[in-house]
Amino acid sequence: MTQAQNAHVTGTASGNPANGPASDKDKALEVATPPSNKGEHSQPRAKHDSADDNVLIRGLRVAGRSFATVWSVPKARFGIILFSLIILIAIFAPVLSPYNPKQTGFETNAQPSLSHLLGTTASGQDVFSQLIWGGRISVMVAMIAGILSTALAVVIGLSWGYIKSFGGEFVGFIVNLFLVIPQLPLMIVIASYLQNGGMKVIILVIVFTGWAWGSRVLRSQTQSLRSRDFVTAAAFSGDSAARIIFHEIFPNMLSLIINNFFGAATSAALAEAGLEFLGLGDSTTISWGTMIYWAQNNGVILTGQWALLLAPGLMIALLAVSMTFINFGVDRLSNPRLREGSSR
Amino acid sequence: MRYYLGKIGLFLLTLWAAITVNFLLPRMMPGSPADAAIAKLSQNGPVTPEMRASIEAQLGVPTGNPFQQYIQYLNDVVHLNFGISYSNFPQSVSSLVSTALPWTLVLVGTVTILSFIIGTMLGAAMAWKRGSLVDATGSVSSSFFSAFPPFWLALLLLFFLGYVAKAFPTSGAYAATSVPNLSWSFLVDALYHSILPGLTILITSLGSWVMGMRNNMINTLGDDYVTFAEANGLHQRTVMLRYAARNALLPNLTSFGLVLGGVVGGSLLVEQVFSYPGIGMLLFQAVTNQDYPLMQALFLMITVSVLVANFIVDILYGVLDPRTRR
Repeated sequence: MTQAQNAHVTGTASGNPANGPASDKDKALEVATPPSNKGEHSQPRAKHDSADDNVLIRGLRVAGRSFATVWSVPKARFGIILFSLIILIAIFAPVLSPYNPKQTGFETNAQPSLSHLLGTTASGQDVFSQLIWGGRISVMVAMIAGILSTALAVVIGLSWGYIKSFGGEFVGFIVNLFLVIPQLPLMIVIASYLQNGGMKVIILVIVFTGWAWGSRVLRSQTQSLRSRDFVTAAAFSGDSAARIIFHEIFPNMLSLIINNFFGAATSAALAEAGLEFLGLGDSTTISWGTMIYWAQNNGVILTGQWALLLAPGLMIALLAVSMTFINFGVDRLSNPRLREGSSR
Repeated sequence: MRYYLGKIGLFLLTLWAAITVNFLLPRMMPGSPADAAIAKLSQNGPVTPEMRASIEAQLGVPTGNPFQQYIQYLNDVVHLNFGISYSNFPQSVSSLVSTALPWTLVLVGTVTILSFIIGTMLGAAMAWKRGSLVDATGSVSSSFFSAFPPFWLALLLLFFLGYVAKAFPTSGAYAATSVPNLSWSFLVDALYHSILPGLTILITSLGSWVMGMRNNMINTLGDDYVTFAEANGLHQRTVMLRYAARNALLPNLTSFGLVLGGVVGGSLLVEQVFSYPGIGMLLFQAVTNQDYPLMQALFLMITVSVLVANFIVDILYGVLDPRTRR
């Protein structure tokens, strides 16, 4: 419960209207870029083509510059390297793992040795291979749940912040309802009703219970942006609400949205592990959560095989830490006051 | 006054919605709660329609059309009548809850308050000593600790401090040989049993308070009134505590209210690892045994207490920060 709240406490802080200046600056940069781009594309071209190019190049430049800012924070650099390593291990699991993770028939409950670096399970499977393969499920659930709940938070948060009418009040009421219903108990109750639904159910339950905080943070930022001059200008030039929301406000909140994504993915990784540990997931798949579930069920605490507990939990912690550290850098994009080394 | 009336209205509306969600949730899910209970009972032999009817009557399975059920449910909620537990037949849900609640309230409540106080002080100090070694170590370790899955840390502590070092008891809230009472020796024993679960909850929850306070405080430290207070030559400690920390605390109070309300739900994963007889473990047992009356009552209790805590914070917020009343 407090786990899941973790990302949110910091989230509330970065959702503070005080990060207005950063977005102003981003806007200023964006406005300043086009002339230089046009200079580079002086050759006559099809009008349509060059406009597309401009948008693409401008987008790439903003992305590159943002990445450089994030990369310049040592903690975030560490996070990016760690995160990429975990992803690479998950992708190349078939190459890296010495055995098939489901292959039984080795000596059971073996202590770590050269042929089985982390020992074997109670049913004689190689723990090290399971650890490598287990990352696939954990990373996938974290990413998919992170993307889906961020998308939901963006759509709801932005429209809730922009639309000032009864509809907005109603959305606010629903969001607040989701905020007060405690996440872990709700997740467990739903997961138990929908037992044996597999990964899809786990992801849906995490998304269903986890989007509300993000939408509240994004809403307060939308509210502070909607009174800015560039939004007023777009409204006067006759742009529709949807266009203003997604073309004017959305790009200015990208860093906050990325921040929200990593926060949501962190919560999702921990939530998935918790559900798996309680046996509410699919215990036949191999993930870091189910590894701990089986380890505890087979009494490794009593047999003294602590590696079976330590290793998968440490991997979950590392995945969560890497994303939290990346967010230290993303915070720097959205809130200049948090930039390290700047004087107060 | 209008501010408070609005808050009360919203509170009542949300309360009604939460109670209704709790009514709808089991009815929206595939399979009926009664079938699950009867399937369990039928493992001991065939269930005839007459037996089924009498079991349904005994367990208090709702009858009538959905609207009548809803009215009956509201009536039961108002009278705190949650029926009889399927898995602990014939104990009533209320008696199960009232046995488990004190354990959770004392353990999780105390640790949550401790965690908030320690975390807030650490966060304020780190923001004040911005960029120092204290700040760097503090923020790295607090993000590291809060990334630990709580049940995993619980298992590690249980293994290394409980089984290997044999320094702490490994399960339960008190020695299996004693009966809960208020004697001095029993309280010491209960405290001894609560150290490992308490430590787990403290370590995994501290980080979010530290980082929340640190980030808020860095924001307030950049505000003009802090610069003004410093320029006036006020004592450094006065500026830190009376000006910056006081204002930085406000946003954290909302989260504290929510978390404090959530205390009633216990710390499910940690209670589960240490077999601590609190609400979290009761909820988990209800879930695994498909004990729907117990599950529904616990879920309602948790939601309502978070709602009430949130409401109190909202009201307090109006007192503490006059700007929100407008």
